[in-house]
Amino acid sequence: MLSRTADSLFWLGRYTERAGNVARGLSATWRMAMLAAPRGKAEEEWRALLVATGGAPGFLARHGPVTQASAIHWLTLDAENPSSIASCLEAARRNARAVRTALTVDMWAAINDTWSELRKVGPDVVSGDRLAGFLDWVQARTLLFNGAATDTMLRDEAWHFVRLGTLLERGDNTARLLDARHAAFDPKTDPPDPSSWQAALRAVSALRAYQHVFRARLSPERVADLLLLRPELPRSVRACHQRVHGLLETIAGITGRRGDCHETAQALRADLASARIEEVLQGGLHATLTRIIDTNLRLGGEITALYLSGR
Amino acid sequence: MPETTVPPAFDELGTGGEVRPAYAGIARYLAAAGREELDAKRREAEALFRRIGITFAVYTEGGDPERLIPFDVIPRILSRSEWERLSAGLVQRVRALNAFLSDVYGPRRILEAGLIPADLVLRNEGYRPEMIGFTPPGGVWTHVSGIDLVRTGPDAFYVLEDNCRTPSGVSYMLENREAMLRLFPDLCAAHRIAPIGHYPEELLETLKAVAPASAGPDPTVVVLTPGPFNSAYYEHSFLADEMGVELVEGADLFVEDDTVFMRTTAGPKRVDVIYRRIDDEYLDPEAFRPDSVLGVAGLMRAYKAGRVALANAPGAGVADDKSVYPYVPAMVRFYLGEEPILANVPTYQCEKPEDLAFVLANLDKLVVKLARGSGGYGMLVGPHATQAEREEFAARITARPADYIAQPTLALSTVPTVVNGGIAPRHVDLRPYILFGREIRVVPGGLTRVALREGSLVVNSSQGGGTKDTWVLEEDPAPPAEGSAGC
Repeated sequence: MLSRTADSLFWLGRYTERAGNVARGLSATWRMAMLAAPRGKAEEEWRALLVATGGAPGFLARHGPVTQASAIHWLTLDAENPSSIASCLEAARRNARAVRTALTVDMWAAINDTWSELRKVGPDVVSGDRLAGFLDWVQARTLLFNGAATDTMLRDEAWHFVRLGTLLERGDNTARLLDARHAAFDPKTDPPDPSSWQAALRAVSALRAYQHVFRARLSPERVADLLLLRPELPRSVRACHQRVHGLLETIAGITGRRGDCHETAQALRADLASARIEEVLQGGLHATLTRIIDTNLRLGGEITALYLSGR
Repeated sequence: MPETTVPPAFDELGTGGEVRPAYAGIARYLAAAGREELDAKRREAEALFRRIGITFAVYTEGGDPERLIPFDVIPRILSRSEWERLSAGLVQRVRALNAFLSDVYGPRRILEAGLIPADLVLRNEGYRPEMIGFTPPGGVWTHVSGIDLVRTGPDAFYVLEDNCRTPSGVSYMLENREAMLRLFPDLCAAHRIAPIGHYPEELLETLKAVAPASAGPDPTVVVLTPGPFNSAYYEHSFLADEMGVELVEGADLFVEDDTVFMRTTAGPKRVDVIYRRIDDEYLDPEAFRPDSVLGVAGLMRAYKAGRVALANAPGAGVADDKSVYPYVPAMVRFYLGEEPILANVPTYQCEKPEDLAFVLANLDKLVVKLARGSGGYGMLVGPHATQAEREEFAARITARPADYIAQPTLALSTVPTVVNGGIAPRHVDLRPYILFGREIRVVPGGLTRVALREGSLVVNSSQGGGTKDTWVLEEDPAPPAEGSAGC
């Protein structure tokens, strides 16, 4: 497969996933901010989300102090934010169009219809009580895309690169959202901050999953365990990296090429499989997550160097 | 509609209740089908095309950048005998154009014989001095040509222009047929229509046939596109997909040791034949425009070292230049020793003082075109223009006469077409596609373009033209029996 094709498929997967993740994170934060508003803490919530989506420096440079309205606009429709929902869907569609024939009709329809719908909406779609509906729609559209891919794509090289992008992005997102609230998971934090634990779960649509797994009150250990180390939660960092590693092995089999990315993915997968949450929290959640986020970044670069840049 | 001095057009279905034999089945269908049915078919066709994603980007206009080319559901039909003659004429013309290209980049016999002014060829912007003395693989220059034909009577076909660079539209020819088979299964089954679906296979064979000797038994063919923002991108991806080859952009290729490679996830892979859909001047920043980011540095070196084949050959454009066009019949006689089967439209070259005077005196009867333009831009249809438009054009021609040619306004033939008010005749042309690899092949038919506006003679898709499926019937239908009631 052409490296450029693989690159477009990879970023199609990443950007579509990112659009859904920003919508999820925004839903959870919006709820938290409402609850925090009476205590005058709403801005902190928005700031945490801006940090988690990696757009804080850009935002501060353009908008200065964080307000709810400016944060929402930045994360949804702002073309200046490369990770806004609109930018992600635009980039996903651009990548899809570049590899139109590598996609199934259903995948193309899912991404193209989303894009054309989005072009029709005005700024009022993210204001007031319409925001929640918009975010639900974005999540539904990314689920549709993933479903179309899963149900219609040949399990060939194209499929593996789309999924590689999707899962790398998903693991990264969970790590970043958890890291944005790492203080709430510090055993020394007093008083405990259950609403932050809940928000962390909501941000990856895992609140119900928590109850199904633990059938117990929220505790910081268990929430962190679920999001970081539990293999059965499809959005946990471990589950994502287990699959990233598997995908890279399959791609190595197809292309006959392997490199640094395989070692990095294997080491990260093994670390996550053997880690225990008590030790992670004792050593500091933030330190662990920072290491994972950095490794993830390096892994993306190594994948690009080996397969996507054509060198 | 302005007053027109164009004579009444020949309608291909027939006039005055008389139906020409090839159209008998269509006439029966149209007589039976109501307006609602045709409207429903039209809507269905549009939904089909939009879903497949066939769009055509039109530049310098506002509006939807990915709009559809309108498809008309009533087919245009040619009988076998009509087609045989056209096909023989097309093969002849392509042979002559190739001989001309070999000659003007080689011995220049035709220039020495004084049949074409040397300056017209050697200083033509389509002429590539880089190609002087070079013989492309197999001696083929125009692997894919599109020759635009118009018709003014039962046996009167004219070549309107030759396209020897990167003619587009063949994907519409193929998709139109697919749409017709889906929308009108019974009607199609009632006719013996010559198939065209093998065009991609023929194209692939043509491209493989010109692979360099070093390529091995299974040469790697790619389609080179300028990218998704090109108006014909859909076609590029369609053809690559149908041939099962990679669709590459310039950045996907690189040249090392005069060999072209593509960048793949499995490492560099050698490329043997490039069906390039980018213009000469963008092919290779080392050889042509240094600012081109669409091309591949070193491509011309690899080409001239015989390590890769390019289709069509760089420099082929000099053969389809509108200022060279008037000399094509002379080429046929000079190189082939034959009389041209297909006639040219009489053409006035404004750079000749006597032609210029005639053109300026007869603007209300002529079609004036840029000698180097395409897509129907910068064109004046005299009889349909206002006095003010004609005066403005006269000024432009006087200022730069060499830029313009003029032709009589032909009464292009018409074919019934679905319009808002029902069915009405609309003017058409025909672009058949001619493939030249080991031999010359023409897939029966071509792309029929139709001017959808009443009275309009401009069929270009960038000017609101549409397309029709083109049927070549395998056999001439038997004439209706004496005394039969007909239908």
